Amino acid sequence: MNISRRHILVLLPAAAVAWKHVLAGTPEDSPNYRMSDHWWGMLIDIPKCIGCGNCVRACQTENDVPDGFFRTWVERYHVTDTHLENPEVISPDGGKEGFPIAKEDEGKYFFVPKMCNHCADSPCTQVCPVGATFVAPDGVVLIDPKYCLGCAYCVQACPYGCRYIHPTKKVADKCTLCYHRITKGLTTACCEACPTGARQLADLKNPKDPIHEFLKMHAVQVLKPQMATGAKAFYNGLDGSVR
Amino acid sequence: MSGVEGYMYPNEVTLYWSVLIVLYPYITGLVAGAFILASLVRVFRVQAVAPTYRLALLTALAFLLVAPLPLQFHLGHPERSPEMYFTPHATSAMAMFGYVYLWYLMAVLVFEIWLDYRREIVLRSQQTKGLLRLIYKIMTLGSNNISERSLHIDERVGWIVTLIGIPSAFLLHGYVGFIFGSIKANPWWSSPLMPVVFIFSAMVSGIAGVMLLYMATTKLRKQAIDIHCVDTIAMYMFYIFIIDFSLEMLDLVHRIYEADESFRSLDFMVHSKLFFSQIVLQIILGTLLPLFLLFLTQVVKFSEIVRKRIYIFCGSMIMISVFAMRWNVVIGGQLFSKSFLGYTTYKVDLVTKEGLLVAIGFLILPLLILWALVKLLPPWPAQSSHQAASGD
Amino acid sequence: MSGLKDAGHLFRFLGLFVIAFLVFWVIRGFVVPKSFGEYGHYRGAAIAEIASHPIKFAGHQSCEQCHTDEAGTKAKGAHAHVNCEACHGAIFQLQPAAAAPPENLYQRMLAFAGLRLPADPPLVKHADDPMSVTPVKPDSAVLCARCHTASAAKPKGFPQVDPAEHSGGVPCATCHNPHSPVIGSDTTATAAAGTTAAAGGAN
Repeated sequence: MNISRRHILVLLPAAAVAWKHVLAGTPEDSPNYRMSDHWWGMLIDIPKCIGCGNCVRACQTENDVPDGFFRTWVERYHVTDTHLENPEVISPDGGKEGFPIAKEDEGKYFFVPKMCNHCADSPCTQVCPVGATFVAPDGVVLIDPKYCLGCAYCVQACPYGCRYIHPTKKVADKCTLCYHRITKGLTTACCEACPTGARQLADLKNPKDPIHEFLKMHAVQVLKPQMATGAKAFYNGLDGSVR
Repeated sequence: MSGVEGYMYPNEVTLYWSVLIVLYPYITGLVAGAFILASLVRVFRVQAVAPTYRLALLTALAFLLVAPLPLQFHLGHPERSPEMYFTPHATSAMAMFGYVYLWYLMAVLVFEIWLDYRREIVLRSQQTKGLLRLIYKIMTLGSNNISERSLHIDERVGWIVTLIGIPSAFLLHGYVGFIFGSIKANPWWSSPLMPVVFIFSAMVSGIAGVMLLYMATTKLRKQAIDIHCVDTIAMYMFYIFIIDFSLEMLDLVHRIYEADESFRSLDFMVHSKLFFSQIVLQIILGTLLPLFLLFLTQVVKFSEIVRKRIYIFCGSMIMISVFAMRWNVVIGGQLFSKSFLGYTTYKVDLVTKEGLLVAIGFLILPLLILWALVKLLPPWPAQSSHQAASGD
Repeated sequence: MSGLKDAGHLFRFLGLFVIAFLVFWVIRGFVVPKSFGEYGHYRGAAIAEIASHPIKFAGHQSCEQCHTDEAGTKAKGAHAHVNCEACHGAIFQLQPAAAAPPENLYQRMLAFAGLRLPADPPLVKHADDPMSVTPVKPDSAVLCARCHTASAAKPKGFPQVDPAEHSGGVPCATCHNPHSPVIGSDTTATAAAGTTAAAGGAN
């Protein structure tokens, strides 16, 4: 890129000013964020996902996710007529480095990114014995790592398998919807890294959020609706074979 | 991913609840079962089993003291476990643990043992010397009143404590069943029958445990085993086991009949990963065989020696079977994927914090504590010179 | 009741409970975090703690503040919705020790021992010192291939090729401007300029 030193001298102060609110470490420096103004969710558009694994890698980078555990992962489904109820599913290392090349056959393939559904009626917060995990007032399900006992009851209670016990911190861990980013006006790391727009952060309380239009125009599902968890990760084009 | 067949959600591959979490319900089950045996004497006036009354209470206490240890070794941050006392989350069954445990330990078990032994405690505080004297003196709580009237009050209050103790014992062990039974995410666990099955299998294991301990300690003391006592215990053990078995079969038949989305995956798991622990050990060797033998003892008149041998065999098989049942519930519930598309494996480590050696240690420790309790508070009358008339 | 004096020992036992309860209550007052219960049954201060985690990905809006040329090219091309850091990596990334070569013997010893130089800040800011702190140049052979290698699993409308058949091992950036990859679509800069830029940025 051709930026001369003179350009730098002009642009740097502008960049510095722009970054002030990002560099700030506390919500007090982002005074515009009020929890009660937001109700967060995520929109996942299955037909757009190409299984590149960018989201998995970006999440690991942003959140220091330990190897072998996943705050988000991508599954690849292969569904054939003869086995509608028994899809072949793979997720090599969570889809972090993409997927092996699939050969054309009679079946269909698609990718399903998975993550914490930030359930409104979350079963994981219901079972926590001490109040270490909770639904924040803005709809994000969070874990307090200083209070968690590491009993793993929440891990057992999650129907989606999105929780794990951190191997070194010995507390429960999971997707935080990049809370440290969304409270500062940024989008989540996975959405930032997704090259096709298959993942989009959604603020259900914001009347201008594109999710409202999207929900009106598309048939949208959640995972395991029979569990009545109030899941807020909405899937467009979710096949019936998805577990 | 090693050890995985089919597809597991990536975070499901590791098991988070180890053999120590299998041990915990087993131990509290023994506590509840031993207490129920004691309550047979105190509340239901089954005098035949009176020789085991005090032993049952001490056994319950010994195991109850060990019960929190597997949990402490399992927690990622055991130093934070007091949080369960300070900020228990009302919607969590697990949060009940702290208070139910403390209630049962102090307001039921310790209270009842103290009331029953108070006379001996006061006498020993006056007759022994040194450290023992101090221990007994502390146990008297400073009161030396062992008048007729005070002992009569102890008797009455003890009866009430035992009465309250029965539902307390059910709560102590039943809540563990509810911890599993209330998890809608896991179809192997989620069932309203779970707390009931846990309670009944606990009763069977506790009663079997005390029976075996009674027979072993009596033999070690070179005394005669009260055969009428053991016959009665075995009878209760048999009938409660029938109820337990019926409940477990009800769950099984219901699952097979309804065959919901989880059935195929669970069915395959039982026939492959859990074949030995569930079908062979828990059901065939651990339930059907002892039930059959105990049934025989109810309808056929065997000699004392044969009956004792059958009771020892059945009691041992029951102890193993109920452990297998806990294993099949806890470990089995984590071996299959919630996607119903795969399975993982569980390898028990040997020397880690949650390994086999620690587990075995937690099974032996209560016996050591029991030995100390028996020395401190002997459950049987002073040694008689009468030797066992017949062998065994 | 006249029997009360013979029940004195019971009150002593009860007394144990009362004392235990009082001790518990006092300790609880000290131990339970002050913000507990502020918003619900959890430590309210945890929310602010979680919100103050360090950020690694700056977000495309910040790149576009300075890199207006690239942003303009990209906005008109097929990669309009592909954000900068999706290819260039997180801007606020911890610099590995190997990235800055040791300047003196002391730093060489530290590097040899695998230790980070103590003066390194925890987060290196490209925006503060863009000339010396640059993101790693993406290797197109790996990066482009990850998305665009043909697979029956990918959506049919998505542009995908077999890399070996398509270019015979020639790096993608030779013909495609990564910021506007459709050949001929990029009018503000030629493919050659794209190559120069790629080569110029290479370290």
